[in-house]
Amino acid sequence: MLRFTIRRLLQAIPTLFVLSVLVFAWLRSLPGGPATALLGDKATPESIASLEKIMGLDQPLYLQYFNFLGRMLSGDMGNSIISADPVLEEIGRALPATIELSVVALLIAVLLGIPLGYLSASYRGRFFDNATIMGTLAGVAVPVFFLGIVLKYVFAQELGLLPPSSRQDADIDATRVTGFATLDGMLTGEWDATGNALWHLVLPAIALSSIPLAVIVRITRASVLDVLNEDFIRTANAKGLQATVVRTRHVLRNALLPVSTTVGLQTGLLLGGAVLTEKVFVWGGLGSLLSEGIQRRDYPRLQALILLAAGVYVLVNLLVDISYAIIDPRVRTS
Amino acid sequence: MTSLLDRKKKRVDDLAESAGTSLAADAFRRMARNPVAVTGAVIVLAFVLLSIFAPWLAPKDPFLRYPELLENLRADSIPGPQPGFLLGSDEFGRDFFSRLLVASQQSLVVGVVATLFGGAIGMLIGGLAGALGGWVDTLLMRLTDILLSVPSLLLAISIAALASRGSQTTVIIAVAVVSVPIFARLLRGSMLAQRHSDHVLAATALGVKRRTIVFRHMLPNSLGPVIVQATLTLATSIIEAASLSFLGLGDPDPNRAEWGLMLSKSQSYIDVKFELALYPALAIIVVALGFTLLGESLREALDPKNRR
Repeated sequence: MLRFTIRRLLQAIPTLFVLSVLVFAWLRSLPGGPATALLGDKATPESIASLEKIMGLDQPLYLQYFNFLGRMLSGDMGNSIISADPVLEEIGRALPATIELSVVALLIAVLLGIPLGYLSASYRGRFFDNATIMGTLAGVAVPVFFLGIVLKYVFAQELGLLPPSSRQDADIDATRVTGFATLDGMLTGEWDATGNALWHLVLPAIALSSIPLAVIVRITRASVLDVLNEDFIRTANAKGLQATVVRTRHVLRNALLPVSTTVGLQTGLLLGGAVLTEKVFVWGGLGSLLSEGIQRRDYPRLQALILLAAGVYVLVNLLVDISYAIIDPRVRTS
Repeated sequence: MTSLLDRKKKRVDDLAESAGTSLAADAFRRMARNPVAVTGAVIVLAFVLLSIFAPWLAPKDPFLRYPELLENLRADSIPGPQPGFLLGSDEFGRDFFSRLLVASQQSLVVGVVATLFGGAIGMLIGGLAGALGGWVDTLLMRLTDILLSVPSLLLAISIAALASRGSQTTVIIAVAVVSVPIFARLLRGSMLAQRHSDHVLAATALGVKRRTIVFRHMLPNSLGPVIVQATLTLATSIIEAASLSFLGLGDPDPNRAEWGLMLSKSQSYIDVKFELALYPALAIIVVALGFTLLGESLREALDPKNRR
């Protein structure tokens, strides 16, 4: 087990290395170079030259890369052009909002998706199954942001049932401890703040969960169908085991293996979806940072966000692989 | 009332029929009987025809601002349906219905060009990796793995954001690059799987040249999954392009009619006229669904496991 973990960790290093080269090259492939891009409208030949000197862009390329790498590793990602704050500080402030939203969305997708997929497989070919499959196909075809817009329009603007934007009502004076709005209220005993934060989470989390939900339903369904055809299920049924025992101990347990990998792969979709959902609901997390950064072409911020997203994605998949090996011993040796 | 004998006869006939036909013909027949596939095909066909004939179908000039619409256009009210204007006005006093029709053209162009572009490069990479193997394979696959390790929308964003000003070309390139690693892995995978299959071994044993084996034996047999993926990619491309437009990376030209752009621009008028967001979005959803249904049923039909 330890050897498997170490091997997987080592495999992630070249990926992260090439990724850093790509992100380095990305900023340098801007038309006119990064200095021109940073200066924007204010660019004059003199100002570009002096900024290039400050940024070390007059040095040979390999030295530039090592400087870049050194700064990244020491946690210096530069300052945002929009706010002039260090990019990492900005990200640290916005991170809890995005994590909170993504976790709730993923919870909805998993808690709803696995039972739906299981039921769909049990009623294979019947109306419930067909309806669920159509639902999942439609779920993938609906752009996340449009679902967000519709939910917001119907439930917030027209019906006035749920809040249309932000993480908490402005008049709730919540104490900040961790930055997680729901958690802070519990820690300080301000239950109204937690309730309010949860209330604000409903619409954006539903919108964000749509695509992972569709994917999880389909994978669970396919996986359950596969397991149902296995010999050991026939054996279990033949030797007279109770149906519930076969269902939970044999079918579900084996069917959930591929599902757990999919959940890991969903983090990429969630990060992408969060960008769109946060823009619709003015959420103030990483997605809002990103879309604001796109509008103003804030390259240091974009660079840090892309590197962070890719890093998180690689890391989560690593963790999934390792947990997969813990659940299923067969993986370790292959 | 069919007798047992009739049913038996039919079963034998079916079997004989499928035995003498190619996988492609068999797949086509199975798709024609599948209502899901037919629905998808009808949607896709209607979309393609619509986008080709849109300029002639549009009742009004989609780029003209009509005085009778402008007359009633205020900051807090956009004219609804009225004689001559089926869906009323858009935010600039143009005929919303005609714009919706014409926009199908741009959406089709974005989807098709991005898919062709991404598919071609991906297949080139995957084909090289699968055909040559060895260090070429390792290198190319490592690179595609890294492209895959960036969440797709973020990858598209980071490419589109390189241009200082959004344009349709940058959107197409960004959406295309995202699909490159998928096509590459797919083609390489199915070519590798064939390397040890009987027909390739037989050809090798007969002394057929490697180039001939790759082009005449391995590639044609790998095309099924690639066609399925291309159909599904068309759906995601259109949605991804719309997402990029929504984030402000699309073409800023107010004259351009494209569903994703129309949807993203309707944001500011959502309280005034919700239809401005609804109809382009429904168009995107229906078309994406059509391509998905077609792709999924194609996948099922081409799967030899489902052949009886």
